[in-house]
Amino acid sequence: MFLRWFLYFVLILFALYFIFPLYVMIVTSLKTMEEIRQGTLLTWPSGLNFDSWAVAWGGRGYGAGDTFLKPYFWNSIKMVVPAVFFSTFIGAMTGYVLTKWRFKGDQWVFLFLLFGCFIPFQAILLPMARTLGVLGISNSVIGLVLVHTVYGIPFTTLFFRNYYVSVPTELVKAARIDGAGFFKIFFKILLPISAPIIVVTVIWQFTQIWNDFLFGSTFSFGEAAPIQVALNNMVLSSTSVKEYNVDMASAIIAGVPTLIVYVLAGKYFIRGLTSGAVKG
Amino acid sequence: MKTLKIQELSKNFGTTEVLRKINLEIDEGNFLVLLGPSGCGKSTLLNIIAGLETINEGNVFIDDYNVSKVEPKDRNIAMVFQSYALYPSMNVRENMIFGLKQAKVSKEKIEEQLQKVSKFLQVDALLERKPSQLSGGQRQRVAIGRALVREPRIFLFDEPLSNLDAKLRVEMRREIKKLHQQLKTTVVYVTHDQTEAMSLGTNIAIMNHGVIQQNDTPENIYNKPSNTFVADFIGSPSMNLIKGNLKQSSNQISFVANGSNFEIPINGYDFIEKSNLENKEVFFGIRPEHIFSKKSNEGDFEINLRADLSEYIGHEQIMTFDYENQEVLAKFPSTIKIELSKNTKLFFDLTQISLFDAKTEERI
Repeated sequence: MFLRWFLYFVLILFALYFIFPLYVMIVTSLKTMEEIRQGTLLTWPSGLNFDSWAVAWGGRGYGAGDTFLKPYFWNSIKMVVPAVFFSTFIGAMTGYVLTKWRFKGDQWVFLFLLFGCFIPFQAILLPMARTLGVLGISNSVIGLVLVHTVYGIPFTTLFFRNYYVSVPTELVKAARIDGAGFFKIFFKILLPISAPIIVVTVIWQFTQIWNDFLFGSTFSFGEAAPIQVALNNMVLSSTSVKEYNVDMASAIIAGVPTLIVYVLAGKYFIRGLTSGAVKG
Repeated sequence: MKTLKIQELSKNFGTTEVLRKINLEIDEGNFLVLLGPSGCGKSTLLNIIAGLETINEGNVFIDDYNVSKVEPKDRNIAMVFQSYALYPSMNVRENMIFGLKQAKVSKEKIEEQLQKVSKFLQVDALLERKPSQLSGGQRQRVAIGRALVREPRIFLFDEPLSNLDAKLRVEMRREIKKLHQQLKTTVVYVTHDQTEAMSLGTNIAIMNHGVIQQNDTPENIYNKPSNTFVADFIGSPSMNLIKGNLKQSSNQISFVANGSNFEIPINGYDFIEKSNLENKEVFFGIRPEHIFSKKSNEGDFEINLRADLSEYIGHEQIMTFDYENQEVLAKFPSTIKIELSKNTKLFFDLTQISLFDAKTEERI
């Protein structure tokens, strides 16, 4: 009995520890600068004041030097949706081929793909910049989509390969005898049972791409930048006064989409991660 | 015209030889069982017949038509797999008609086939269920149904019963037998279970190391194994192989076990080649069930052996005897009492023996 209470005590302590920064962020974002200057970090705001949120999202309405998140937020959406889609789809296809249409040397292909998971981001910056330049898509959302798709394929392939390995190959044989071809087997037989791993991959890729700063700041600037880069610019290049309430609101806005994706699909996430271990 | 003919077929995986010069023929309506230990190449052979594996050498003919390079779907075959391989996302109906839909068969014809087969297999009440909602036996039936609706020339079964528990396995075995009796379709069936092979097959091809050791009726496989591998593989416990020599005098052929001082007359044995028998090193093969504790035939050979071990298994007991330091197993009804460590009078039924050359291990 005591052990149980102790357990809850520790768990609640950790929960508080993790939720504390979020609390400070939300509270600060709702305060006016007057309140913030009083230095009472933890106190409840005097009222629900969403001004700083409006500023973070839509700016102050004057011309030069006014950075706000709205256009960059849409940049990020335009980047993340196709990048997640293509990397997931290509990963599924590659995983399908590597497990169900084995060919000579396929382990080597997989090994090299795995290698891609371990290459540090920084190592590919220069070659990738050159590639984007040659393709004529540097400093564009399309360029970022390409970078994230390519960089995501090793991870998505790994996920799908490990999932499809546990799917009996006899299914593919049966479908071949039934007259289904390469694509039909993929779309009609394998894809319909891939929901758990698709969810895992989408969450993973979405989080990675949405939160990416390095690629965004290297391969884009100005109007083509994704939200994380804009957030950085906003917070670091603010003028005379440090507006903590606006900074906090911006940070929350930039973090909300991943949170939404996780809340919507979270229960599949755990299920999908362990699905390789226990066959359905 | 042979329904299935395999000619000089060889298959390698890299440097490993999986099948070597396989020749095989099946007549219309026959039930051929490919039997062998795991890794003998039987499943590979079945996959080649289905067209799921490529061939290195040789040809496969279905109805005298060379299908060696024909796609699985165009070979007019259907296959039932060990894991059933039902499509998990589709219900029973969709599973069964998937092949017909791919083949662009008309809607009316599909519906007609589906009704016919699902009634026949008693799965018509399950059509809307997903495979995960079915029991093992039902899945098995649906898998067979999916094969049946295509009305194939040849049915291929890849160890279809090995995922079932012992009781259900016996039931499904009977159902497959009935099915074959009713439909009279040609079947190729892979298994490693000799009881399954014996009870189902009209022909059994025993394979080992990628070579067919013997292709014959179940009776001949059991009574006249063509080499020591077949003799050892079929039967439980397997055939006793007693090492010794042959003695030939004017009109008398007999067997002397190593270290033994008496002769077993084997005049009645049907030799394949009756020359050079004198002093030939041989294995004398006799099955445990052909050793008796009472004289049952006039020609039975009486022998005294020491009982070393008794294994009681309910309806019968398996006794191990010592024959000049060679083990001889015998199977008796469990009602008979035999004392251990004592010499016991036994009777060998000499009409049921097999002799093998000790060097080539082939039947002589």
